[in-house]
Amino acid sequence: MSEPKPRILYCRCAFAQTVPKATKDEVLDQLCESGESFDTVSDLCEMSARKDPRITELLEGDEPVQIVACYHRAVKWLFHSAGVDFPEDRVEVLNMREESAEEICKKVLK
Amino acid sequence: MKNDTYPYQIILFEGNGATSLATERRREVTRTLLDKGYSVTRVTEDGGRNLSNPSGDIPVLILGDFEGNSPEVTSRETRIEIDTEDITGLDTETIITLVEQKRAGDGEGLNSPGEQGAWKPWFPVIDYDRCTNCMQCLSFCLFDVYGVDEEKQIQVQNNDNCKTNCPACSRVCPEVAIMFPKYSSGPINGAEVAETDVAREKMKVDITSLLGGDIYASLRTRSEKAKSRFSKERSPDKALNERKRCLTKLQQSGIIPAEVLAELDLESLPSPDEIQRKATEFAKMQAEADS
Repeated sequence: MSEPKPRILYCRCAFAQTVPKATKDEVLDQLCESGESFDTVSDLCEMSARKDPRITELLEGDEPVQIVACYHRAVKWLFHSAGVDFPEDRVEVLNMREESAEEICKKVLK
Repeated sequence: MKNDTYPYQIILFEGNGATSLATERRREVTRTLLDKGYSVTRVTEDGGRNLSNPSGDIPVLILGDFEGNSPEVTSRETRIEIDTEDITGLDTETIITLVEQKRAGDGEGLNSPGEQGAWKPWFPVIDYDRCTNCMQCLSFCLFDVYGVDEEKQIQVQNNDNCKTNCPACSRVCPEVAIMFPKYSSGPINGAEVAETDVAREKMKVDITSLLGGDIYASLRTRSEKAKSRFSKERSPDKALNERKRCLTKLQQSGIIPAEVLAELDLESLPSPDEIQRKATEFAKMQAEADS
């Protein structure tokens, strides 16, 4: 049996210019060009700060999730800060601050 | 200031019953909505995330090229507001206007990136894999950002008290356990912590020495000595001057960025009484933990 396709979650980091704009634009463009379903959020930090109820849903279920955002450590504890357990075993974090759009899209849109 | 008003959950529906959007239009709509603070889910023929249990009070808006046949969507959760909008033939600008009109009833409380007065989500995030609960951050922060939970575990309690672009508490954390994800460089931004980072933090100024030894013992001693004097000399101006001197010391130390200090409204900082109360509570808590 084939492994389930990971769900894709993209963070726009819209409240700051910390993620290189070219990278986040390119990743979003490629997601939009693909035939994939995906979730996007305007800013995970903002959702975490407000304890937005939707942040709980983002990691619900048993399926693998690929989060395209920033550093793994930051993403993990942002979810924790919002009261959401971070299931390390099925979540992969791709870091737009360090990796290129090409590297990320290769992993996400395989 | 952050608030509890949530923007619409937008679903860009391209599954059965809707025509796929042209790539350029999909890209523009998605990007523009994200940059205005909305979350957008794209659902294709393959189906998307299971949205059968969307969050209680957050309205959902489904956009799609339904070509005049907008589906009727119902929810088992009757209190959830789900709207559909046929966007066939509409350009991006018109779609955004339509969404903005929909949310107009939500009031002006929405926090939108780039808008004047928007709250930048700048606040400390604790890495509990590293945190040793030493309370340096709680002692250090002047703005009551930190507190403890019922199990006396340090936590961020008032994240919107945090001063934008000030990562000072992170700099004094001896375990490099405090992150500001929107900070420019590591490890404060969440990058993995190297051993050299830990060593460097240990060499940094100890806040207690910066403020003149054991600040809590000093406060207690000073409080006892000054009780009678304080009743005669009680002076908010003196207290304020003391605070200013303390802040000058911090400024000289380079721990708090000068631009953050410059923006401080010194009058709005916790009063000497509040600081005294906090110190007493903390000392009591430490004593309990030590016993």
